[in-house]
Amino acid sequence: MKSSVITFPGSNCDRDMHVALKKFGFNNKMVWHDDNELPKSDLVVLPGGFSYGDYLRCGSMASKSKIMQSVINFANSGGLVLGICNGFQILVETGLVPGVLLRNKYLEFICKNVFIKIDNKNNPYFKNLDKEILEFHIAHNEGNYFCTSDQLKQIEDNNQVAIYYSNESGKIEEQFNPNGSLNNIAGIFNKEKNVLGMMPHPERMIDKSLSGEDGSLFFKNLINNIK
Amino acid sequence: MKVSAIITLKKDVLDPQGKVIQQALDGMGFKDVNEVRQGKYFEIDVKEDDPKKSRKIVEDMCNKLLANLVIEDYKIIEIQ
Repeated sequence: MKSSVITFPGSNCDRDMHVALKKFGFNNKMVWHDDNELPKSDLVVLPGGFSYGDYLRCGSMASKSKIMQSVINFANSGGLVLGICNGFQILVETGLVPGVLLRNKYLEFICKNVFIKIDNKNNPYFKNLDKEILEFHIAHNEGNYFCTSDQLKQIEDNNQVAIYYSNESGKIEEQFNPNGSLNNIAGIFNKEKNVLGMMPHPERMIDKSLSGEDGSLFFKNLINNIK
Repeated sequence: MKVSAIITLKKDVLDPQGKVIQQALDGMGFKDVNEVRQGKYFEIDVKEDDPKKSRKIVEDMCNKLLANLVIEDYKIIEIQ
């Protein structure tokens, strides 16, 4: 299985993502933002970080970089595109997934483990996963998901919410919402479910001695789903 | 021509920075503030001498990059 991780100026989770993908069997290539062509891939990942120093709006400059046209074409032809954290911000700026990510409600950079509840397993990312609740890590300043009420209705009608912030037993309540996200939304699909943007970092949970292993479950399941 | 544009958050979008600024102003004694909304200001010098065309160019920029129309509105405030 082939994957590509795009590195933008200011990406800083690209290498972690590379390590994670390799660990679970992907043949991964790092791709520079200024390249025109995407290598042949089964999965493209937009990693976390601070692309272009978060200038203008997080992800806005990266969404216009050269490689993104190939990524958009790849997504529109059904290819799997996963955006984590800054990658999610880039995805919303391209319009591949609906909504925006605003500054966190209490204006703090948040760096901690959170629980997420998987809402929709009828997609290549979460299909066949044994667990409904995972512990992932978040580290962001702009993760406060927002969309218009019309968009929210569409998102809900099409089952596009991928994951919610919850507690460890899967309760989705305001007190477990770290950043003010609308309805505790932590991740969103496009309509076709081949594009997933989420704030939590699965690549930070792939080693028991460092953090946890729920990310391992995610990647193992993902590669099996793609095979 | 020099075109000036401002970008502000739409009315129904929470502006936490504006809120904090308002609280700080309140603490400094500025008690007569209903609300503070923070925005962005751009001055763009375009290679075009016609004001109408200049406005069009910058509007296009606002629609495509400078503003995110899900949450922001833009306004061209000056062309000179």
